[in-house]
Amino acid sequence: MNPVYYLYLAALLFTIGAAGVLIRRNAIVVFMCIELMLNACNLAFVTFSRMHGNLDGQIIAFFTMVVAAAEVVVGLAIIVSIFRTRHTASVDDASLMKL
Amino acid sequence: MENLIALLVAAPLVGAALLLCGGKRLDRTGHWIGTLLAVASFAVGVALFADMLGRSADHRAMHQYLFSWIPVGGFRADVAFQLDQLSMTFVLLITGVGSLIHIYSIGYMEHDERRRRFFGYLNLFLAAMLLLVLADNYLLLYVGWEGVGLASYLLIGFWQHKPSAATAAKKAFLVNRVGDMGLSIAIMLMFTTFGTFAFGPVLAATGATSEGKLTAIGLMLLLAACGKSAQVPLQSWLGDAMEGPTPVSALIHAATMVTAGVYLITRSGAVFNAAPDAQLAVVVVGAVTLLYGAIVGCAKDDIKKALAGSTMSQIGYMVLAAGLGPIGYAFAIMHLVTHGFFKAGLFLGAGSVMHGMNDEVDMRKYGGLRKYMPVTFLTFGLGYLAIIGFPGLSGFFSKDKIIEAAFAKGGTEGWILGGAALLGAAVTAFYMTRVMLMTFFGEKRWDPKETHPHESPKIMTVPMIVLAVGSVFAGGLFSINESFVTWLEPVTSFAHGHSPVSATTVTASTIVVLLLGVGTAWLMYGRKPVPALAPRGSLLTRAARRDLLQDDFNDLVFVRGGTHLTTTLVQLDRSLVDGAVNGTAASMGGLSSLLRRLQTGFVRSYAVQMLGGAAVLVAATLLMRGV
Repeated sequence: MNPVYYLYLAALLFTIGAAGVLIRRNAIVVFMCIELMLNACNLAFVTFSRMHGNLDGQIIAFFTMVVAAAEVVVGLAIIVSIFRTRHTASVDDASLMKL
Repeated sequence: MENLIALLVAAPLVGAALLLCGGKRLDRTGHWIGTLLAVASFAVGVALFADMLGRSADHRAMHQYLFSWIPVGGFRADVAFQLDQLSMTFVLLITGVGSLIHIYSIGYMEHDERRRRFFGYLNLFLAAMLLLVLADNYLLLYVGWEGVGLASYLLIGFWQHKPSAATAAKKAFLVNRVGDMGLSIAIMLMFTTFGTFAFGPVLAATGATSEGKLTAIGLMLLLAACGKSAQVPLQSWLGDAMEGPTPVSALIHAATMVTAGVYLITRSGAVFNAAPDAQLAVVVVGAVTLLYGAIVGCAKDDIKKALAGSTMSQIGYMVLAAGLGPIGYAFAIMHLVTHGFFKAGLFLGAGSVMHGMNDEVDMRKYGGLRKYMPVTFLTFGLGYLAIIGFPGLSGFFSKDKIIEAAFAKGGTEGWILGGAALLGAAVTAFYMTRVMLMTFFGEKRWDPKETHPHESPKIMTVPMIVLAVGSVFAGGLFSINESFVTWLEPVTSFAHGHSPVSATTVTASTIVVLLLGVGTAWLMYGRKPVPALAPRGSLLTRAARRDLLQDDFNDLVFVRGGTHLTTTLVQLDRSLVDGAVNGTAASMGGLSSLLRRLQTGFVRSYAVQMLGGAAVLVAATLLMRGV
């Protein structure tokens, strides 16, 4: 199968993720969309790795996974604590530091 | 013997440290310690002098290296002393006359409760001055130079409870600072030109240096000399310095301080010899000051201020001689030494008169004192005869030589300088006779009920007698076979001047103008009684009473001018400099409050910005690769 299709899929996933981040208000959904974008990138890395015949892309993908796991831990903790204090998870409401 | 040189400076320095840090337990013995250490320094000086005389003329200079003060890379500033014939002359004058003044002060300051401190300052003064004349480089000389300035400040303002004394001390210090600036610039110029400031290398290198640089160095040295030696235009501090106790005036005028400028010019002779323009400036300053001081001296009724005018004038003679080059250096120093004797004697005499007259200084309230103070009268009289250049006494030999050398300068300059020097001699005779007549002759103008004039104690009169003996014989002694000139020649070099008028004519005319001056003074102050209140006087007299308007000039030009200049500068600073800085800050503030609008606080708008930014980056990368 032509590896370019994987790239198309990665682009599609990334676009969906980006649109979700921009459009949705619920923090959990925004968060999942970020994960979607990260995984789209991973897919692209692995595809390029396959296309060029070396392992660099695969290694980067592992790094991304580690970072994403750490990010999930911190991000979810923040979202949970915001929800506990405000009883909402809307990202637009968390704007107390604006003037 | 070289190792003894440091002892010359160390003795008075230890004295100053002891007396100033010793506290009250030294109150009763302090003056003896101070005097003893000054005399000890003199004894070391005499021993070194005897040693020096025992060697041939070319091997007389001694050198002592103490330690390296600032060793930085290739640069070195040492603390090292050089004792040659010139320094030796100064050492003997400073320690000798200084010791006599110390002894005199024991009596003069007897009832002053801060006498210990006074002797501490006197010792500090001696130490600084000795450091100045013994240093083997300009940087160490500068240390002594500043030390002298400090000690003079402390001593002039010794009676600091009097506002006038405190002001006079500040004035002396500030005016001296102007001169010090000249010396520091000269030292910096020397460093950039020669890479060193030791006397030996600097003075040896003058032949191979451009005249412009040497002229700049010379003029800066002259400025320094003007400050310390009270020469026009930095002369204004000298008259006010009379606020200090009289022994201080004697010390400043005879042994230390004002002689420093003459020393500096003579020591730097090689620089001036190679820079005729600077030398001309020196001569002009000397000639102007010698007349200026003489005119001021004629109008003062304060005995100490009249003597101060005379010092200014006599130092003018020395500077004039030093500006004449090799034909004058030796005579400048010779006049300096003889002047040291008679001026110290005159000041100590004036102090003795004040001591007996309830500290009255106005000569119009003296009169007829010769009967009450015979020893003071006699010693003051001998000093008087010496300073006016009475034939056979010290001043005659030294001043006559300077006048002769001035004529020998040659050309129109020679005639002008010689004429000025002769005129100065006449005016000197006039004002000194005036002082003499107003103080010791004529009617009593004091109230016998309140004032009881009396002779001073032995401890004060003995130094005066010694100084009077010096005033009588020193000049003659120096002139036998030109012994003084021969002594100094290896250091200052000497050339016989060729005067267009013969030496006999000069001597004869000196005596004639001397008699003229004395005669005029007698007609004005001896033949008829002196009014107890000063008459209004002519315009010149009134100007001379105000020191020829020097303070008014300084006030107008420097004080008011300076105030205006600073006010203008402050306003410029506020409007221009501050305006530019504040304007930049304000425009930055406005710009950032505009940019702040972008920060909406909505996370998703930031996300759009990030996405847009990333898109722009990708587009840019693609475009660049396309090119």
